[in-house]
Parts: sequence; structure tokens; C-alpha cells
Amino acid sequence: MFRNKECVAMLLAGGQGSRLYALTEKNAKPAVPFGGKYRIIDFTLSNCVNSGIDTVGVLTQYQPLMLNDYIGNGLPWDLDRAYGGVKILPPYQGKNGADWYKGTANAIYQNLQFIDRYNPEYVLILSGDHIYKMDYDKMLDYHKKTNADCTIAVIDVPIEEASRFGIMSVDDEGKIFKFSEKPKNPDSTKASMGIYIFSKECLARYLIADAEDPDSSNDFGKNIIPNMLAAGEKLVAYPFSGYWKDVGTISSLWEANMDLLGDNPVLNLDDEEWRIYSRHEAHAPQFVGNGAVIDNSSLTEGCEIYGTVRNSIIGAGVKVMSGACVCDSVILEDVVVESGAQVNYSIIDSGTTVGKDCKIGVSKENAKEICVVGADINVPDGTVIDEGAMISKASDLVKEGR
Amino acid sequence: MSVAGLIFSNIHDSAVPEFTTVRTMASVPFGCRYRLIDFPLSNMVNSGITKIGIITHNNYQSLMDHIGTGKDWDLARRSGGIKVLPPFITAYEGATGSKLYTTRLEALMGVMNFISRCNEDYLVLSDCDGICNIDLSEVIDFHIEKNADLTVVTRRLSADEADIKDATAISAEEDGAVKDASAYLRGVSGNEVSTNIVVVSRMFLLGALRDAAAHGYKHFYKDIVARRIGRARIYRYMYEKTFVHINSLEGYFASSMKLLDPTVRNGLFNVENMPIYTKLRNSAPTRYTSSAKVTNSYVADGCVIEGTVENCILFRGVRIGKGTVVKNCVLLQDTFTGNNVSLNCVITDKNAVICDGRMLSGHSSMPFFIPKGAMV
Repeated sequence: MFRNKECVAMLLAGGQGSRLYALTEKNAKPAVPFGGKYRIIDFTLSNCVNSGIDTVGVLTQYQPLMLNDYIGNGLPWDLDRAYGGVKILPPYQGKNGADWYKGTANAIYQNLQFIDRYNPEYVLILSGDHIYKMDYDKMLDYHKKTNADCTIAVIDVPIEEASRFGIMSVDDEGKIFKFSEKPKNPDSTKASMGIYIFSKECLARYLIADAEDPDSSNDFGKNIIPNMLAAGEKLVAYPFSGYWKDVGTISSLWEANMDLLGDNPVLNLDDEEWRIYSRHEAHAPQFVGNGAVIDNSSLTEGCEIYGTVRNSIIGAGVKVMSGACVCDSVILEDVVVESGAQVNYSIIDSGTTVGKDCKIGVSKENAKEICVVGADINVPDGTVIDEGAMISKASDLVKEGR
Repeated sequence: MSVAGLIFSNIHDSAVPEFTTVRTMASVPFGCRYRLIDFPLSNMVNSGITKIGIITHNNYQSLMDHIGTGKDWDLARRSGGIKVLPPFITAYEGATGSKLYTTRLEALMGVMNFISRCNEDYLVLSDCDGICNIDLSEVIDFHIEKNADLTVVTRRLSADEADIKDATAISAEEDGAVKDASAYLRGVSGNEVSTNIVVVSRMFLLGALRDAAAHGYKHFYKDIVARRIGRARIYRYMYEKTFVHINSLEGYFASSMKLLDPTVRNGLFNVENMPIYTKLRNSAPTRYTSSAKVTNSYVADGCVIEGTVENCILFRGVRIGKGTVVKNCVLLQDTFTGNNVSLNCVITDKNAVICDGRMLSGHSSMPFFIPKGAMV
């Protein structure tokens, strides 16, 4: 016999992340590396654990190999539990046929059985593509206190950006009376963060009804929330303030990385009270050689720096050889930047070698776009890759190179 | 072939009393993010040994905290894994077992239960004062090939170690058969000494321990090894790769500085397929601000560096303030230096605080030591 879980988290991690191009070619977006030693999903998983939620279903669909491997038995997040813990939930074949996850709501619908095993009162729905630190327990308290059927976390966004988000119109008591997905003329600045707490019974009722509707696109934002509003259910907005960033595009991913730098970083990961956990290999400490120049940068275990690194995030096991220069860039795990090479305003994916005297990207002052070099590529000596290039295989170099 | 491991966590505590008044030799921090026991533990794990007993003596809180369930070494197992073996002492005065062990042999006799309940054919014994990345399976293969009862791993002393204390000199025939084992004495002994890594056939060890108990023997090398030369098959395996040894505070300082030498660093940490594991702390990456100037230094994650750092070993969570200059220092976990501090040849223990504007200097022959949690 096991105790019931009060709240089970369901983490939507099946998105392709097509706007991250080369970075998600062989990798699901939640497993994209971030900040030198993390992956995007570490933030939601760590938030769960730090909030006392120990049962997390991770719904995977697109390129799940790396993500499955990364999550494993959940050990780095203390989610290797005797009962509960982290479970990977891929689409499956059932008695009445097999289906991919057709939308966010459908993905949860197909896993109602999983939720029922733990008999929870509440279900927390999360997505694995945001960088933020949040105490879901406080949100759950708010949900209970307001006696809501569904609580949606919202964050204030600048009015000029509001049309990129799902916008909530809220009365004085925090009750949502209108929801508009990406409105042209937003009448509120409260944007949905894609974090929902549902009372389980209510969620199941609406998911089942949604599944029976052939015209539905099976999406929380498009179907479930509007349907609940129309039926007069109690939906409340839980206001969140603090760092929160959607890292769905190359430029927002780059910016979020840069938010780790500076004398007082906007995003502080050096926080004993709210640690972000990650799975990492046993690396040696970082070595900074004679002649190295490191300026306003973040370095991770296992890297060796003999050249110049400015305003950059350097991942584990990276080597920057003498005479090489990395500026305004995000360098992922095990990349080698050979001597004389210049990397400017770029993201270089793991395992790639940048040959001697290569010129990757253009200095940030003169560049409009970030250059992206995919994983495990050998960039030959002397190659020049222009700003905004998107290199995902060695063969692309012929097209892009000059 | 099945092998279990035994690690002596407290032997050599007296070599670095500065560190070991608050911890065991095994839990002395070394190399930015490790503790000394990480080396024998990782060596054993990398050689396929998954049942490891750790013999403790006293002061082992920090060791227990470091080891935890053993999961960072993949040793949290239902069967086998890490077993901490605290000293066996009865509460009744005068009864046998009422005193803490004083020698290696007594320590082994104290864990007879562990040894006799193992079903492995061989045991690997190791201390914590020697730092190396050794493939123990090669030693075990050698042991089996020689049909040996006991194999001592030896090394050659380097020139700066000629006055080493507490070492056991070993001399051997060309085929590796041990001729003599004696206390090392400069000028008298050769320069081949034991690393205190020993492979022993378990049944041989059990017999030897019973014999030692019957005769009241006290010394492992004198009574078990030297006494049996010619009667038992005792061999030595010469280890010629990177080996760093700690036998004093100056030695600790010198050994730490050796990590700035790429041959030593790579020989310990960048050996193919042989990573060194340690307790994870989930520190953030290290942040270097625009006022940071760092050269020739070995740095762990979780630091924030705003000043100048040269030829240093920085552990996790170290803070270097603005205008601060730190040269030739070993700063342990969470050492905090304020602004405009100047340090040279200083070793700080964990959580030391150096306030703004302080200037401290030791010398490589006598590094200045700041104890755990002290404020200057």
C-alpha cells in the first residue's frame, strides 16, 4: 500500500522546437543544453523537487533518445523514488489503435491512467521549455485558498509584446473572465506562463469531453481553457514575478544564456535556497592557462582555456586553445576551438571542432543575426562562416563557407 | 575473478593535523573538488569492484557526509556497494575489543567479520594518502598470473621525497618476488616503497589474521609480509605512472601545486575510461566578471571571481573580491575573500573568511594555514 500523492506534475516535453533549427535536429527542445551545465528541462524538474512534488510524468514525442537518456531514473533530481518519481510517458498503442499526441490536452488525456494510479487531488501541467525558478507549492496553496477549478500562472509582460502570448483578463479578485490566445489588440498584460494547476476531477471531465469532440485541436490554450470559461468554471490567475523566459528561438536562447553574466546577473543560479540540479559526467576542474584572458564569462568543469573568452558561456569539457578568441557566444559541451580561430556572436553545439584560423560569425556590434553551428561537426581549418548561418551537417559548410 | 575493496580512512591522519583535527585523512579535500578517498574509491569502481568496506577510526562525520549512500560512485546497491565499518568497541571495560585499533593489522582484525563474510576471492586494500589513477584490474591480473598470495603495489620515490617518513621500503627479485619489506630509512633503504595498495587472496589474509591474533602480532608489513617471505608467494607490482603523495602540510601544498603541471593533471584526471568521481554539489558554473584576471589556475565550479588569481587551486564556492590578488594559494570550499585582499602561499580550510584589505603571506616551504571557519 502506498500513500496517495496530493499533486502530480505532467511535463509536456514532446515539442519539436523547430525554431531552434540545428540545435533540435537530433534533440528535443527540453534537452537542449543551457548555461554551461544544464538542460532546459532541469529548471522545471528542479522546481518540482524544490516545491515538494515528487511525481512527474514527462510526456515525450519528438526525438526522445537524448531526453530519455538524460532523465534516466531521475537520480540527479532526487526523483528516483520507491513510489512516484519521474516517469517517461511516450505515446503508446492501445486497444483501440495507436495515436501520436495530437495536442497538449490530448497528451494528458492519453495518460489519465497514469495520473489515476496516484489518485491525486490536483494535477500540475508544465511545459519543458522555459527558464525560471518558481515555487509551485505556493501556487498550489493559492489554488486551494481560492477554491479554484483551474489556476493559471501569469506574468506581466510589456504591452507591446503582449500579442505574442495567451493573455488573461482578470477581475479584482484574480478571477479570469476572458482568455485570448495571441490577441492583436491585447486588453491586459497578464500573459499565461503555460503552467496550470487543475483539480483532478475537473481536468478529467474536460479532457474526456474534449477527446470526444472531433473538431477540437486538443490544446489547453485553444480548447480546454475556453471551454471551461464558457461553462462558468472558476479559473483564477496566479501572479508570478521574477525571471521567466521562453527559450523557443535562437535569439531568446542566446539572451537567456547572457542573463547569467554580469556583476549581478539577472538570472542567478548560485542560489543555495533554490538549486537547479542537472545530470553531469565526472569532469575534472576547469583549467585556466598562462596567457588566458577571461572577461565577464561563465566557465564549467572540464574546460581548458588558453585563449581569450569574453562575454561567453562555456560548457563542460570545452577547449579554447591559445590565440583563439570566443566573444559573445554560447559554447556547448566538448567543443574545441583551435588556435587562431575567432568565434563571434554564435552558438556552437556540443562535440564540434572549430579548426585553426576559422572565422565563425561576425562581431556582435556589426552582426544582425546569431550564427549557429550544429553538433559533432569538424569545421576545417580556415573556414569562414557568416553571421546568421545555420550549419547542421558538415556538408552545409560547402554551401555556407566562403 | 571476484574482488572486494577495503579502504583505511584514518591511517596517516597524523601527517596533516591541520586538516585532520576536524576530519579523517580520507575526507581531506584535494584538487578543487575532490576528497582523498575519491581516488581509491574511483580506482576500485573503475576496475569493476562494487563491494567496498571503509574502515573508520574516529572523526568520521565528514566522511559519512561525503560518502552518503554511495550513489555518486554508483555504489548505492542492494548487494555490495559501500559499507562503512566503524571501529568495533564494546562498552565493557576490560573486555576484548574495548580499545581503538592502533595499527593497520589491528584495523584488519577489527573487520574480520566483513572479510570472512565476503565471498570474493581477492581483496584490494588501499590507504587515502596516495593520489593516483591506477587500473587495479592490471594489478589483479598480475596477482593471478603470479599465483601470488599477496601483491604490494610499489613506486619509486622522487628526489624530493628522500626524507619521507612512515614509508615501507620493498626490495624484490627481477620477477617481482619480494625479498624484503622494512621501514624506509634514507641511505639504508632503496628508493622503492609501498604505495599501501595491496592485492591479497582473501583466504590467505584470513589465515594470516588468525595467525596474527594467536601470536599477538601488531604490524602488517613486519608480521604478515616480512615474516612470510620465502614461505608465501609475495610479489610486488611496480606502478610507474603519476602518483602524488601527501605526508605533511608542505607536502599537501606542493602536491596541490603539482596539479598545475599538465602531465600530473592529465595523469590523474584525464585518463581514458577512468574518471574520478566525487560527491556532486550541483554548483552553478564559475562566473568570471569583467574585473577578473586569472592565469595558470585550477578552478572548481561555483566560484565567483572578481579579482586577480595566479597559480592557484580554487575549490567550489570560493569568492575572490574586487581588487583582491591571490597568488600561489590553495583555497578550500566556500573560502570568502573580501575586496583588496592580498594572499600569497596561503592554504585556507573550508568556510574561511578573509576580510577586506588583509595581507597574508606564507612561503612554499611553510605555507600559511587558516583553519576551518576562521575569520581573518
